[in-house]
Amino acid sequence: MKRSFSSFMTRQDMVGFAILAVVIFVLLPISLDTFRLNLFGKYLTYAFVAIGLVLCWGAGGILSLGQGVFFGLGGYCMAMFLKLEASTPENTSIQSTPGIPDFMDWNQLTALPAWWEPFHSLAFALFAVVAVPVFFAFIIGVAMFRRRVGGVYFAIITQAFAAILTILIIGQQGYTGGVNGITDLRTLKGWDIRTDEAKEILYYVNGVMLFVVLFAAQFIRKSKLGRLLIAMRDQEDRVRFSGYDVAAFKIFVFCAGAAFAGIGGAMFTLQVGFMSPTLVGIVPSIEMVIFCAVGGRISILGAVYGALLVNWAKTTFSESFPELWLLGLGALFIAVVMVFPNGLAGVYSEHVAPRINRLFNKSAADMAGAKTPAE
Amino acid sequence: MSTSNPNFVLMVEGLTVSFDGFKAVNDLSFYVEPNECRVIIGPNGAGKTTVLDLICGRTKATSGSVNFKGQELLNMREDQIVHAGVGRKFQTPSVYEDLTVFENLELSYPKGHGVFGALTFRRDDQVKARIKEIAETIFLDDQLDEKAAYLSHGQKQWLEIGMLLIQDPELLMLDEPVAGMSVAERKKTAELLNRIIQDRSVIVIEHDMGFVEDIATRVTVLHQGKTLSEGSMERVQNDPKVIEVYLGH
Ligand SMILES: Nc1ncnc2c1ncn2[C@@H]1O[C@H](COP(=O)(O)OP(=O)(O)O)[C@@H](O)[C@H]1O
Ligand SMILES: [Mg+2]
Repeated sequence: MKRSFSSFMTRQDMVGFAILAVVIFVLLPISLDTFRLNLFGKYLTYAFVAIGLVLCWGAGGILSLGQGVFFGLGGYCMAMFLKLEASTPENTSIQSTPGIPDFMDWNQLTALPAWWEPFHSLAFALFAVVAVPVFFAFIIGVAMFRRRVGGVYFAIITQAFAAILTILIIGQQGYTGGVNGITDLRTLKGWDIRTDEAKEILYYVNGVMLFVVLFAAQFIRKSKLGRLLIAMRDQEDRVRFSGYDVAAFKIFVFCAGAAFAGIGGAMFTLQVGFMSPTLVGIVPSIEMVIFCAVGGRISILGAVYGALLVNWAKTTFSESFPELWLLGLGALFIAVVMVFPNGLAGVYSEHVAPRINRLFNKSAADMAGAKTPAE
Repeated sequence: MSTSNPNFVLMVEGLTVSFDGFKAVNDLSFYVEPNECRVIIGPNGAGKTTVLDLICGRTKATSGSVNFKGQELLNMREDQIVHAGVGRKFQTPSVYEDLTVFENLELSYPKGHGVFGALTFRRDDQVKARIKEIAETIFLDDQLDEKAAYLSHGQKQWLEIGMLLIQDPELLMLDEPVAGMSVAERKKTAELLNRIIQDRSVIVIEHDMGFVEDIATRVTVLHQGKTLSEGSMERVQNDPKVIEVYLGH
């Protein structure tokens, strides 16, 4: 179990992690008001998905265009708990059936469906935030990877899955809240999550969770499994005939990506206060791939910056030119793929890092030089 | 005859594969003894590569049996066949270009093959020593930290052979290991192969007759998916059927 720390994280990795920690825990909070900080917290929830995509796509070559599914499943699990807490008989006394979520009442349901019952428990809901996405990822993974479905076919199937889930959620209004999603979430174990103070605290919780996921992703990448993913991307047969069950590794990394996305979805629900099918379907799933591509699909830190930057641009531009945003996003994606295939992380490692290194080495040399005459 | 026979490591019987009606391998049988070096020769398209594909599970057979030390390989998964002790080198060098020579060899080290095992695999001294040892054998001990992408064609072939050696398979299958090599590389490879075929059974596909004569215990001549002739190099070379279809031109 023990691997030396330097094989887990090089000095350069540590610098990168430290800079991101400063950005998330210091720079953003001191420079933004609560409203904007909450907005950035929302952007960061997409980073969870992008980190998973770095593992699946960047390292393993498995492109999923359906990560919104896992984000949504995690988000819905959290939303179901919060909705049940908000739907006390007192709060819902005007309904024909008090004590059940309002959208159920509007859809003539007279009792809580059995599969909603366990979501009265916070512990169960938190477990489900990870377990439900992983369960679905496992089913899809086994069905696809055992049959050796990969590449474009896999991407299309995940896309279809995103479409199916959206249709299902919208169609089953009485059970899911339909197209509006699950809204009007209020408290978490009695703690009002709508106040400014709660939003700030949740922003930090989100930041801590993001780092937990980043460390997990770093651990996977730096393990032999991480190198196997790269090997599989290039020479799948060679890996297979070196005695590895290739499908098992693909299933694992796909499930890991789903778990990360699910946590991101739950953090979204907590910070934004609702969950809806617009976050599950095809368009958000593709956007998530773009965050990852812009950040650099080979870098987990790059993925975080990609999610921040693209979402910030989206908010800024879509306020002024709403109809142009999708076109702009498409153009950005094409430009990144053509000009900077390794995204922001590639620009950093090719142009910025060498300069920093030179600077460091130079100042180290200066210091050494300054020391010599004194001796 | 489907049970294990201590005289043979590998028993291939009635092996047939049909691609849309075309029988690339047709009712083929042959037997490999312990420590034997069997060379398969035959014209292009004779089905040589397909035979290796069938044995290692890359292609599913239509009918027949491949018995390795008492285990039927035809209904085993590729990675299980590897763990049973069968190693396979591909015709075109297959190495992981984005990884270093060291990492290439490390991934072939026979430990940590499950998901959990791979996550917790430790690069301990034993692993390092073994990789160093193999790297010396395949003439790459100075290139351990180099990316495989920067190796020459011949060096990539050696690296792949090294990746098999580190597995220490009981049956080693090599598909045209010296094809595309320079004369100097060829000579070094012959020397390498002569060393590594000791203490294990080997199946080699090769065209270079001088090379075949040098290493073969026995030769199987394949033609249109069937055995045309089998025996010592000398016997095969003097077989009129062989002269007619293969060596004669
Ligand atoms: N997967 C496949 N599908 C269809 N035909 C194949 C397949 N694999 C091999 N063949 C055919 O089988 C024949 C034997 O091929 P191969 O074993 O590669 O020959 P060799 O290695 O002896 O040159 C060739 O005619 C080839 O086209
Ligand atoms: Mg061939």
